[in-house]
Amino acid sequence: MEARTLQETQGLPIRERLRETAPARLAANHPQRTAFAVIGLVLVVLIVVYGLHDVAQTGLNGLSLGSVYALGAVGLTLVYGILKLVNFAHGEFLTFGAYTAFVVNVSLGLPLLLGVLAAMVTTALLGLAFERLMWGPMRARRAGLLQLLLMSIGLAFLVRYGIQFFAGTEIRQLGVDRTATASFLGLRLGQAELITIIVGFVVLSAIGLMLKFTLLGKRMRALADDIDLAETAGIDTSRVVLYTWILAGASAGLAGVLLGSVTDVRPELGFGILLAIFAAVILGGIGDAFGALIGGLVLGVVIEWSTLFIDFRYKLAVGFIVLIVVLIVRPQGILGKARTV
Amino acid sequence: MSVAELLALDLDGLPLAVDLGNLTDLNFLIGIAGVLAGVYAIFALGLQLNVGFTGIVNFGQAGFMAVGAYSMGLLVVKAGFSFWLAMPVAILIAIAFGLLVGLPSLRLRADYFAIATIAAAEIVRLFANNARELTGGNQGLSCAEDDPTLCYDNTWLDIEDAGLDFAEGLGWSDPVSLFPLFVAVWVTVIVLTAILYYVQRSPWGRVLRAVREDEDAARALGKNAFAYKLQSLAISAALAAIAGFFLALNVNNISPREFEPLFTFFGYGVLVLGGLANYWGVALGSIIFFFLIEGTRNIDLGFTDEQQAALRFMVVGLVLILLMAFRPQGIFGKREEMVLGE
Repeated sequence: MEARTLQETQGLPIRERLRETAPARLAANHPQRTAFAVIGLVLVVLIVVYGLHDVAQTGLNGLSLGSVYALGAVGLTLVYGILKLVNFAHGEFLTFGAYTAFVVNVSLGLPLLLGVLAAMVTTALLGLAFERLMWGPMRARRAGLLQLLLMSIGLAFLVRYGIQFFAGTEIRQLGVDRTATASFLGLRLGQAELITIIVGFVVLSAIGLMLKFTLLGKRMRALADDIDLAETAGIDTSRVVLYTWILAGASAGLAGVLLGSVTDVRPELGFGILLAIFAAVILGGIGDAFGALIGGLVLGVVIEWSTLFIDFRYKLAVGFIVLIVVLIVRPQGILGKARTV
Repeated sequence: MSVAELLALDLDGLPLAVDLGNLTDLNFLIGIAGVLAGVYAIFALGLQLNVGFTGIVNFGQAGFMAVGAYSMGLLVVKAGFSFWLAMPVAILIAIAFGLLVGLPSLRLRADYFAIATIAAAEIVRLFANNARELTGGNQGLSCAEDDPTLCYDNTWLDIEDAGLDFAEGLGWSDPVSLFPLFVAVWVTVIVLTAILYYVQRSPWGRVLRAVREDEDAARALGKNAFAYKLQSLAISAALAAIAGFFLALNVNNISPREFEPLFTFFGYGVLVLGGLANYWGVALGSIIFFFLIEGTRNIDLGFTDEQQAALRFMVVGLVLILLMAFRPQGIFGKREEMVLGE
């Protein structure tokens, strides 16, 4: 994407209109503080209206949902930021991971932990394979946006229906005790959900810290900034690209297993939450791993809170509305800087 | 949703003929592949206007089709409109929805616009799927609850009977039941294609292409690029609504399952097969697409039905990948007109 088109299409008129009011000026200058202030305000209102218990319980559900979104989002955001690829096949990475875990855990009868490892490894390999076969050569040819978008959609079809070809449309369950719950402070949470939250936090923090402090992380950020410049600066970009796919594939595979554990395993598993993952990516700012964590969690919590006053059947639509609102009001995300859009 | 269910939808009322010889069967040619190819040709004409001639990647076409189909159905069944009045009003509603989606999102970058439109389409589908009292939810919409004789396709069924009688009068002893719909769809395809073809050669059409090629240059010449993009999207929404009417008449039931994002991407399959920036290619692309996808249903490869359905969608994906990799302008498109995102 050239810089010129980026600058123009940021929705200037809307923002200019917003600037006219004092709170809006504050919001433009301190986006994070404003975002958290708004969330805090909503929280207070919800507690007053619906009571602390319900708000805390739905919030907890939201953290579990949000952890899956965040884990799915981190790979998508890295690929989007570093390779400038809007990968509509990312949802299928989650599905692939979930089915790999199913084969290991249920078909072969091995522990789920082995299934998780297998899912991460095989999905990372899948990412590498597509990079070698498709994305690398297309990048070398400087393919256009539409080409890459439609290729990723074609790839999504290929993987999803490939899985369906072998596994069928039957809905399957991983070997997780779905009845086991953890109770504390009067709140209840399924064990699988609790594990999801913990794993999500730990893994995403690790990835975030890796990006911030290790040499590989710095190189990745350099590529996200400008891949040609990074190459000129002596960075082995093709190597960094491979690591990016490994990270994206492994995190997506893990997210798929977690999602499969808290819901079930089916061919549409990943595609079903792809748009929510996109929302988390944009909310957190493209290319930002910590942003993906926060974006995913905020989205999950907002969606679950919405069930307090909107029919739960519409909760996915709430996620999409959040996505559109964020795109319109602040396309660079809560944490993002205008420059990176 | 299972693919088996999905694929059963377009077969309602038709004996499912399963062997290769039936590829030349009139039921297949007219009823299955013919009508669907026509519906998706209209659907993809809108995408051609957006993607091929304006350079905006609209991923929400299935949502606009849903708005058109449901508006028409609801106006007849719930508001007592006549079929003939319901259609133009439904087109206006679809245009209004197109403007509503386009006004904020067309200012965004191309990739964000694509994501925003697919999200808007999903909001429509989720609403249709869950607002049972209004839309019938996943059961679909066909007739009024308190009056099962008041269905949205009553008027059409009368026309269909008249058409079949007429065909019999001409000496066709056993006319294919979907023949009248087939004629109506394809006449519409030809008329709309011709209109778009000539509109594209007008000054308005030339500005659209200028916007596609270089938005800054168009603006520097005093053209309001945003307004042109918005008009393009609104017209595309109207075309999707018309496709939605025919889709509704084809299956006698308006169901949320027919408006999944998958079908927007069917439209893109049609579009790239026919070629970008070429209106006449759209109909051809649609015929190729639906003969491939419906025709391969009958080939016996020794797999289960479910596997064969999955295999056909895999082929769609593969064709999309290969076309984009090796011939991004599509079969009949012009390479020099494929500027998007370069």
